[in-house]
Amino acid sequence: MFDGPEPIYVQIAQMIRAQVLAGELAEEEQVMSTTQFATTFRINPATAAKAFAGLVDEGVLHKRRGLGMFVSPGARERLLAEHRRRYFDEVLGPALAQADLLGIPTGDVVAYMLGTRRSTDTKERS
Amino acid sequence: MTTPAPFGTRLDDVVVRYGSRSEVVGGSTRVRREATTALDGVTLAIRPGVITGVLGRNGAGKSTLLSLLAAFARPTSGTVSVGPEGAEEDPWENAWVTSNVQLVRESGDLIDDEKLSESLRYYADLRPHWDAGLAVRLLDRFEISTRTKPGALSRGKRSAVGATIGLATRAPLTIFDEVYLGMDAPTRYAFYSEVLADYAEHPRTILLSSHLVEEVERLFEDVVVLDRGRVLLAEPVEDMRARGYSLTGPAAAVAELTGARRVLHEQRLGSTVQVTLEGALGADERAAARAAGVEIGTVPVQDLFVHLTEPRKADR
Repeated sequence: MFDGPEPIYVQIAQMIRAQVLAGELAEEEQVMSTTQFATTFRINPATAAKAFAGLVDEGVLHKRRGLGMFVSPGARERLLAEHRRRYFDEVLGPALAQADLLGIPTGDVVAYMLGTRRSTDTKERS
Repeated sequence: MTTPAPFGTRLDDVVVRYGSRSEVVGGSTRVRREATTALDGVTLAIRPGVITGVLGRNGAGKSTLLSLLAAFARPTSGTVSVGPEGAEEDPWENAWVTSNVQLVRESGDLIDDEKLSESLRYYADLRPHWDAGLAVRLLDRFEISTRTKPGALSRGKRSAVGATIGLATRAPLTIFDEVYLGMDAPTRYAFYSEVLADYAEHPRTILLSSHLVEEVERLFEDVVVLDRGRVLLAEPVEDMRARGYSLTGPAAAVAELTGARRVLHEQRLGSTVQVTLEGALGADERAAARAAGVEIGTVPVQDLFVHLTEPRKADR
């Protein structure tokens, strides 16, 4: 767990964001305490606390005094909007740049996307 | 029981020199060892209430440094102070400080020819914050009977006893000097979890020394790296992680991005090169790397530690 190249607190934050996005952590649901995090993943509690502090600043989590950390209302919507915005810059943009580099005509890319879409749609229907 | 205030420590220009002595090598041959400098002008502050890793190669001065804090040794010159923030005192022959500092060495410091329960009784008398219940629970977890004589324990079990004493002491300054090296992997993981769980509940200053960094780096908040008796760096571990990065990609592109930077390490695989560089990349350079098809990676603390403490010829 948390073997990626980024700092561990960044990876913890990413994991929690992903869980909120996927709905595994519902709004108003309590997240693990820093102590539980620290002992479960064998990391310094301060590292977990740093991840939580960042998520509080982003509005993903909020603290309830004496109770712990909870997922904020509207957190999933905000994360979805954020990720949708970044999708074009970070995922589709580079993919299209690569297509240009390889000399794949835009028409082929569009046809591929529509093709995949159609096949997924068909699968969903059946 | 209330948790006592964690201890911080300060060292100012500390030098420790061991005098010349004769040593027996290979049977009856005696050789004269010249005076060696174990610590050479160490100035360092260790934050109270934080888990700090003390890293260094063999002979870097880790154990000497730690033994000063526990008043097992005294500096040749310079000052050492240990205590709660704002009330640090010289630990030497200072009963109040030393009763609140627990140094666990690999040897375990146990009474070898009496039942383990005797050693535990000794520590219970010595340590004002001793938690007997925790000691029992940990020994049970490590599968060690208090009826065993420590002399009959394996190296790993002995280390586990040391770990137990270190934790059950609940000392405001708890030092583990390479204690976990003899433990097998499951025991080490259990030890790390127990340290974190007890630390979270009873915050105190914990120092862990090692030359095996990979497994323990995530436990640390701060890190001190010693190199040949000097402090190479003392900072939050996140800052240490930011001290280097790696570039992987086509040789020419990597060389261009590297420029005049100091290369800590270079690895070649066909036309692909990976270099480990000191410092951090700016946003422009990141963009340039991406455009050139060069991957930017972080460097594990273990590798940084190895590269930074590698003997160098010229610039030292």
